[in-house]
Amino acid sequence: MWQWFHRLGSPRWFYQTSGKWLPWLGGITFLLLIIGLVWGLGFAPRDAKQGNSFRIIYIHVPASFLALAGYYVMAIAGAVGLIWKMKLADMVMKSAAPLGAALTFVALVTGAIWGKPTWGTYWVWDARITSMLVLLFLYMGVMALQHSYTSVDAANRASAVLSLVGMVNIPIIYKSVDWWYTLHQPATIKFTEAPTMHPDMFHPLLVMIVGFYCFYALVLILNTRSEILHRERRSSWVKNVVLQNQR
Amino acid sequence: MGYGFAAILRRDLLLAFRNRGEIANPIIFFFIVVTLIPLGLTPEASRLAVIAPGILWVMALLASLLSVEGLFHSDYRDGTLEQLVISPQPLYLMVLAKILAHWLITGLPLTLLAPVLGMMLSLPSAGYLPLVLGLLMGTAVLSLLGAIGAGLTVALRKGGLLLSLIVMPLYMPVLIFGASAVQRSVDGFSVQGPLAVMGALLAFSLLISPFATAGALRVSMHG
Repeated sequence: MWQWFHRLGSPRWFYQTSGKWLPWLGGITFLLLIIGLVWGLGFAPRDAKQGNSFRIIYIHVPASFLALAGYYVMAIAGAVGLIWKMKLADMVMKSAAPLGAALTFVALVTGAIWGKPTWGTYWVWDARITSMLVLLFLYMGVMALQHSYTSVDAANRASAVLSLVGMVNIPIIYKSVDWWYTLHQPATIKFTEAPTMHPDMFHPLLVMIVGFYCFYALVLILNTRSEILHRERRSSWVKNVVLQNQR
Repeated sequence: MGYGFAAILRRDLLLAFRNRGEIANPIIFFFIVVTLIPLGLTPEASRLAVIAPGILWVMALLASLLSVEGLFHSDYRDGTLEQLVISPQPLYLMVLAKILAHWLITGLPLTLLAPVLGMMLSLPSAGYLPLVLGLLMGTAVLSLLGAIGAGLTVALRKGGLLLSLIVMPLYMPVLIFGASAVQRSVDGFSVQGPLAVMGALLAFSLLISPFATAGALRVSMHG
């Protein structure tokens, strides 16, 4: 019953199996993102208050979703690696860190671009923005720690410990930032988003969110595959794979 | 079981007492940086009073950060840390003893001297009690959280900057609630809420941090 779980521990098995998934996953991702983008940017109705500028949510919202989900993916992979000493989980954790940091950065930048026409400024110390910034710092800490160890094993375990500590702290940090914001709430700036979205605007967003999840999975698998090849470069099966590709 | 705890605590306090100069360093740092604020901003009491709660807390945070770097450093260099990790005593308790000793020689003096600095920054009188109570608990949380980072970076050559990078995001809740307790008291509101949260943070990090630090030290010793 647990066979699949033990199989997951083998980087070689994962490399070969994920190779079969990749074309499908890539195709679905590409399709969803194209549909979502064309629908959202071209055909969704204009917002009554914000005009066309609201259309950036089709990038901003999915990126923000995955920025946070990515941290949990990283931390859980780290925990699995720490507890069951699973090589693959360590590789997934390492691959998830830059990906999550990049998505957090995208969420921050699109938020800033969106902020200019709607709030009149690129940056405000809003609770959600500040939490996102802290999340970026947490990612960067994990990445910096990972890179500063010379031993691969120590780097994995150290960053796994740090990402677990971060995961425990994320709710606390988020709540405290929320509390801080309500204490200092500036009166001039308010979210102009309508509380409920029109279905015509919401459906493309849903497509984009699913598309971003697929995109995340795709890039995570690709990153992990290259990490596998790098770490297992001395084994014979990797040499065979490389030789086959050269032919 | 408590033997390891008591022995480590006594040893660390004795070591600190023999090198008294080093105890003073974070406090001198605290003083110097607070002196920079009026020089950089304004000597005007009314304007200093507005920023005093935040400045005092940010400075306490930085002072704690600077001192926590050395928590395991000399023990790592002379091999004591290795002996602690392989000894039959629970590492959890020994780490806790080290953190407690660290707090007694850095956090506690910082807390006791904070009112003097508050006076220098013309903090309104309502702010002193929440400042001291907040720092009393808050510096302990800072030591506990900082220990995790110190454990993770002790074996690295350039650990100092990295330590601040990984620990600072974790410090943010302490800063938010500590500074807001002082601010609320100055503004005439009740301070029970933020101080209670600070107590909760202390209880929580007291549970989590020694475990995480012990794990981090094991990684550092084997890696």
